Amino acid sequence: MTARSGSRAWLLAEAPASRTQARLGRWFVGWLALCDNLLAMIGLAIVVALVVMAVAAPWIAPYSPYDQVLIDRLQYPSLAHWLGTDDLGRDILSRVLYGAQITLVIVALVSAIVLPIGLGIGAVAGYVGGWVDSALMRLTDIFLAFPRLIMALAFAAALGPGIENAVIAIALTAWPPYARLARAEALTIRKSDYIHAAKMQGASGLRIVWSHVVPLCISSVIVRLTLDMAGIILTAAGLGFLGMGAQPPTPEWGLLVADGREFILDQWWVATIPGLAIFVVSLGFNLLGDGLRDVFDPRGV
Amino acid sequence: MIELESLSISFGRGANRIDAVRGVSFAVAAGESFGLVGESGCGKSTILRAIAGLYRPSGGSIRLDGKPAGAARTKAQRRLAQMVFQDPYGSLNPTHTVDRILAEPLAIQGLGEVESRIPRALAEVGLGGEHRFRFPHQLSGGQRQRVAIARALIVEPRILLLDEPTSALDLSVQAEILNLLSRIRDSHGLTVLMVSHDLAVIAHMCSRIAVMFRGEIVETLAVEQLRRRAAGHAYTRSLLASSFETAIPAG
Amino acid sequence: MTATPVLTVDDLSVAYRQRASTIHAVKGVSFTLGRERLGLVGESGSGKSTFGRAILRLLPESAAITARRLSLGDIDLLRADERAMREVRGKRIAMVLQDPKYSLNPVMTVGRQIAESYRVHAHVTGSEARERALDMLESVRIHDPNRVYDLYPHEVSGGMGQRVMIAMMLVPEPDVLIADEPTSALDVTIQAQLLRLLDDLIVRRGMALVLISHNLNLIAAFCDRVVVMYGGRVMEVCKASELIRAKHPYTQGLLACRPLIQEPRRDLPTLRRDPAWMDGA
Repeated sequence: MTARSGSRAWLLAEAPASRTQARLGRWFVGWLALCDNLLAMIGLAIVVALVVMAVAAPWIAPYSPYDQVLIDRLQYPSLAHWLGTDDLGRDILSRVLYGAQITLVIVALVSAIVLPIGLGIGAVAGYVGGWVDSALMRLTDIFLAFPRLIMALAFAAALGPGIENAVIAIALTAWPPYARLARAEALTIRKSDYIHAAKMQGASGLRIVWSHVVPLCISSVIVRLTLDMAGIILTAAGLGFLGMGAQPPTPEWGLLVADGREFILDQWWVATIPGLAIFVVSLGFNLLGDGLRDVFDPRGV
Repeated sequence: MIELESLSISFGRGANRIDAVRGVSFAVAAGESFGLVGESGCGKSTILRAIAGLYRPSGGSIRLDGKPAGAARTKAQRRLAQMVFQDPYGSLNPTHTVDRILAEPLAIQGLGEVESRIPRALAEVGLGGEHRFRFPHQLSGGQRQRVAIARALIVEPRILLLDEPTSALDLSVQAEILNLLSRIRDSHGLTVLMVSHDLAVIAHMCSRIAVMFRGEIVETLAVEQLRRRAAGHAYTRSLLASSFETAIPAG
Repeated sequence: MTATPVLTVDDLSVAYRQRASTIHAVKGVSFTLGRERLGLVGESGSGKSTFGRAILRLLPESAAITARRLSLGDIDLLRADERAMREVRGKRIAMVLQDPKYSLNPVMTVGRQIAESYRVHAHVTGSEARERALDMLESVRIHDPNRVYDLYPHEVSGGMGQRVMIAMMLVPEPDVLIADEPTSALDVTIQAQLLRLLDDLIVRRGMALVLISHNLNLIAAFCDRVVVMYGGRVMEVCKASELIRAKHPYTQGLLACRPLIQEPRRDLPTLRRDPAWMDGA
């Protein structure tokens, strides 16, 4: 037996011998299912490429994203500047590569804020029920009642421009759908017999929410988050475009599009290239999210 | 061990009020196996869940081991009575391994020796070490029910509440689970309260049987009376007739 | 058994093709059905339900049905096109499933559904269809058909819903009624009433019944002949009255492991499964 087929057999073992093996095996089965989905793999490849670009930007970018060479301004794509230059003679390829870092940071920070808030509020509301549920869900409804971009703009305006504030503004507007989703899942789970069994054994509410409700909500919430990534990136870009997010000279993709707006007819690439980057990454997250939903959706199994 | 004194349970309020259980009283001695038989909606499962502390009685009282037991209980009181549910697919958390399912009650009750208790509990219900790290979807219905029984037993209860424990299982698997339950009852000296719609299953497990209809007990019989078909109440007789056992004469 | 079989099944197999493997749900089942009540008994995974659906070709695309012969009278059910099959389904062979909730249209009153069925099958006018539907409701022993006629499926109880379902299936006067666990979702006393009703209707109309169930007692009480299935194969066919003298060890095992009211036993005998049963013993 080769090492490869050996580790495969270990992961797919019918009778795992330890907690770790059982958990890894479960992940591996999910991974195999994901591998079968071509579109999801394309999405994953795009997301991985985004991460690689962001991490490796300092080494693979041919120029500094901030160096202005005014004689080379608005150059057509060439061997020296693969994706051309902008109005201040900065290399667009380098700016897009560094921009990936910012996109990744935004995506990661928004997830880190939205996931716990949405899951926590939703799981508690759904499990506890009664007036707690009513209060938490009315709060959620208030946030849901406003158009997302408008509210993000309002928060960004109130907090002042800047990436950190843009992240906070987006997170504040993004959590309500997650709370709704987690609550819906929690409502179906709270009546199940394994929750009754845990209660009968004397489990506290906190333990039940943490060890039964949250793990069962989390997969659908993660899927939803992946599908929402495109929206988050677009909102961040929108805020950047409107001057409420990242500030020049930061190479944020939305800001790059805004910068190229003036030359869209004569020097199309200045706005189009970062626009394409936003499009491709959004598409990547969407495809990956669809694939993850197919793998994780417990109703599908 | 279990004493119910004119227990009533109702759900909802005003016009939507449903009286699921109306003034039910019975007592089960320590080590006895008592059966509640009836059809869906007769309140038999509601009684079981109230004894387990999941529902608050609207009237009457429940005493377990001589002490009053309401809906608010200490951990030690909770440990006293454990339950096995009807649906082996819905009673185990699909994201937990068998190991975690059995470790949780130990953690809740603060019992130690996890590494020795889990294999012992599995062996007791006829499962081997190879089942310990499986997920519920990797087990058959009968094996899942064995895990559910192990989960109930691992905290060493004195009362076992059985809610139609075999009605979702195949006939041949039902026999295995019933044998397992009676063996465990005898070896641990458990007091058993079993709920079922199947007279044959109840008669096999229990020595005394209460027949329920629309939230009330219409009749309580010893199993010998049931075997002689000496039922007093018309409803019990219609239940007996519906089992069609006589269609296949005993060999 | 009568001389001319209504339904002839010879060496019927159903295989589900999956990506890597093929699952044989039914393997080489043969029998003939006369104007009788045939019981199909087996545990989960025995292929009994798949078999019932295979007769009507009501299986998903991935299922391949093969047989030497599968015919209803002179209709070859294997080669009949979809149009001919639509004729057969409902009109010649009717099917009653476990849960009536999924078989009735939720947005139409139950009476209208039966009346519609009369209009389609008997080509009668609206008012006559209503009259006949009321009669049919009465014949399945619904006491106030005028009230039930205007109820929606969610407003009727499980037992009532199953009566309505049976009434609907009887409208086109089919030759064969396949009942797949028709009473498993119901309470035991209602189950008995409903089966007695079904039995009465079948006998009175001279229909053939295939009753699919996991419940041996029930099959023995309501059928003439019993087909015992295990692992997609027929283990044994015998007269229901002679079930207790069944020869196959699987049937004997199943009979033995039933808990009994009349007979106390300390331990129930458990079934020992012989792998050889699966290879067509």
